Amino acid sequence: MFPFNYLQSLGQYLQLMGRTFSRPERLRMYAKQYVHEMQKLGTDSIPIVLLISFFIGAVICIQIKLNIQSSWMPHWVSGYVTREIMLLEFSSSIMCLILSGKVGSNIASEIGTMRVTQQLDALEIMGVNPAAYIILPKVCGLITMMPFLVIFATASGIGGAYATAYIMGIITPADLTEGLQHDFHQWFFWMGVVKSLFFAFIIASVSSYYGYRVEGGSQEVGKASTNAVVACSMLILFSDVFLTSILS
Amino acid sequence: MIEIRHLYKAFEDKEVLKDISTTFEPGKCNLIIGQSGSGKTVLMKNIVGLFTPTSGEILYDGRDFVKMSKREKALLRREMGMIFQSAALFDSLSVLENVMFPLDMFSSDSYKDRTRRALYCLERVNLKDAAYKYPGEISGGMQKRAAIARAIALNPTYLFCDEPNSGLDPKTSLVIDELIHGITQEFGTTTVMNTHDMNSVMGIGEHIIYIHKGEAAWEGSKDEVMNSDNERLNSFIFASDLFKKIKNSPSPSAAPAADTSPL
Ligand SMILES: Nc1ncnc2c1ncn2[C@@H]1O[C@H](COP(=O)(O)OP(=O)(O)OP(=O)(O)O)[C@@H](O)[C@H]1O
Ligand SMILES: [Mg+2]
Repeated sequence: MFPFNYLQSLGQYLQLMGRTFSRPERLRMYAKQYVHEMQKLGTDSIPIVLLISFFIGAVICIQIKLNIQSSWMPHWVSGYVTREIMLLEFSSSIMCLILSGKVGSNIASEIGTMRVTQQLDALEIMGVNPAAYIILPKVCGLITMMPFLVIFATASGIGGAYATAYIMGIITPADLTEGLQHDFHQWFFWMGVVKSLFFAFIIASVSSYYGYRVEGGSQEVGKASTNAVVACSMLILFSDVFLTSILS
Repeated sequence: MIEIRHLYKAFEDKEVLKDISTTFEPGKCNLIIGQSGSGKTVLMKNIVGLFTPTSGEILYDGRDFVKMSKREKALLRREMGMIFQSAALFDSLSVLENVMFPLDMFSSDSYKDRTRRALYCLERVNLKDAAYKYPGEISGGMQKRAAIARAIALNPTYLFCDEPNSGLDPKTSLVIDELIHGITQEFGTTTVMNTHDMNSVMGIGEHIIYIHKGEAAWEGSKDEVMNSDNERLNSFIFASDLFKKIKNSPSPSAAPAADTSPL
C-alpha cells in the first residue's frame, strides 16, 4: 500500500498540472490575477525575506570570525565564507524552505477554503476551468517573483555582515569587503536563481495540489495546509541535492 | 428543456440514485423534493456535471451532456447559472465584482455595459446598496440574493438552485422563492430547484419530483401534491402537524396556496 499511495498522489498531481496548464478562457482576467498573485505571494514576502537574511548574514559572519577563523587563515576568510553561504545555499534553498512555510500554507488553505465553500464548483459551473484560473497565476506569479526575492536575500545578508563590522566592530570593514570580493564566480549567483525557479514551482504547484483535493470541512483545510508545507519542504530538500549536483 | 433518462449513480458500492427519468420544462420552476439524504444534491450535481452518472442520459435541448468533451461542457455551462446552498460567492471580490465575474470572463461588451448589466442584476435582487461590500460583510440572505444576481448575469437558459432558502427565516425564504419564480417567468429559464421547504413547494412548485431513497417516487404539480394518495409522498409532506391540519381543513388545496403565493 505504501508506494501505491505515493504513486496515486503523483498521478493526481500530474493530472491537475495537465488541467492547470491549459488555454485561459480570457487572458485579461488571468493577467489581472497574475499581477495580484505576484503582489500577494512575492511583494508581501519581501519584509520577512529581508529580515531573516539580514540576521543570518550577520550571524554567519560573527560565527566564522569569532569561532572558526584562526591565525593561520587569511584575514578575508570571514567575508568570503559569508558570501559563498549566502549565494550558494541560503538565499535560494533555505529561503525557499522558509517561504514554503509562509507561501505554501497560504496557498493550500486559500484553495482548500475555496473548495469547501464550493467556490471552485461555482467556477466550474460558470464554464471556467478552476484549476487553470486559480493555480496558473499563482505558479507563474511566484516563479516571476522568486529571483527578485533571492537577490533581496543576498543583498540583505551582506548588509547584515556589514552591520557586524560597522556597528559591532567584530571585523574591519576593509577585511570584509576584501573577502566579499575575493575569487567571485558569477555562476554561483545564477545557480541560486536557477534553483529558486524550481523551488518556486514546487511551492506553488504542490501546495495548490494539497488545497485543491481537500474534501470535507475546515479541519481538512488545516490538515491540507500542514501537509502542503511538509511535502514542499521535503521536495525542496531532495531537489536541492539533485539540482546542486547537476548545476555545480 | 432538460430531459433525464434512466439516471443511475453509485459511489463505490453504494447506490444513491436509481433509475431517475424526468423532464424539466422551460419557463417553469421544477422542484426536486425529498428527505435529507435522499439524493437531491447528488441528482443536481449529476445534472450540472459535478458528478458523472454511472449510467443514463442527460439531454439539454437534445444535447447529451454526459457524452460531451470537457470543452463542449465548458461551452454549454455558459448557458447555466447555479446558486449553491452556501452561496459560494468569491470572498476576495466585492458583491459587484462577484456579479461582474461571469461577464468579465465571457462577455465581449465594454466595461461600462458590463457594469450597467451587473448593477441591473443587483437591482433586480434589491441589493444595489450593498454593491461595494464584501461577502463577509453581508447577511446570509443577502449573500443568497447576490448569488442569484451572479447566476442571472449572463441570462442563463438553465438555472439551478440547491436549497436556496435553507437557513433563512420564512419571510426571507419567500422573497428568494418569489425572485427565482419571477426570473423564471420573465426570461423563460428552465429552473431546477432542490428543496425540503414545504412553503416553497406550495408557493412555486409548478412541477415537482419527489425523491425517496434515490428513486423518483412521485411527480406532479403543487395542486396535486396535497391530494395524492401516494403513501411515501404523504409521509414526507404530512410529517409536520401544520400540514396535517391543513389537509383536514374544509378546503384542502386552496388554503396553503392562498397563504403563501401573494407577496
Ligand atoms: N461524494 C460522495 N461520496 C459518497 N457518498 C455520497 C457523496 N455525496 C453524497 N453521498 C451520499 O449520497 C446520499 C445522498 O446525499 P445528498 O447530499 O444528495 O442528500 P440530500 O437529499 O441533498 O440531503 P439534504 O437535504 O440533507 O441536503 C447520502 O447518503 C450521502 O451519504
Ligand atoms: Mg442537499
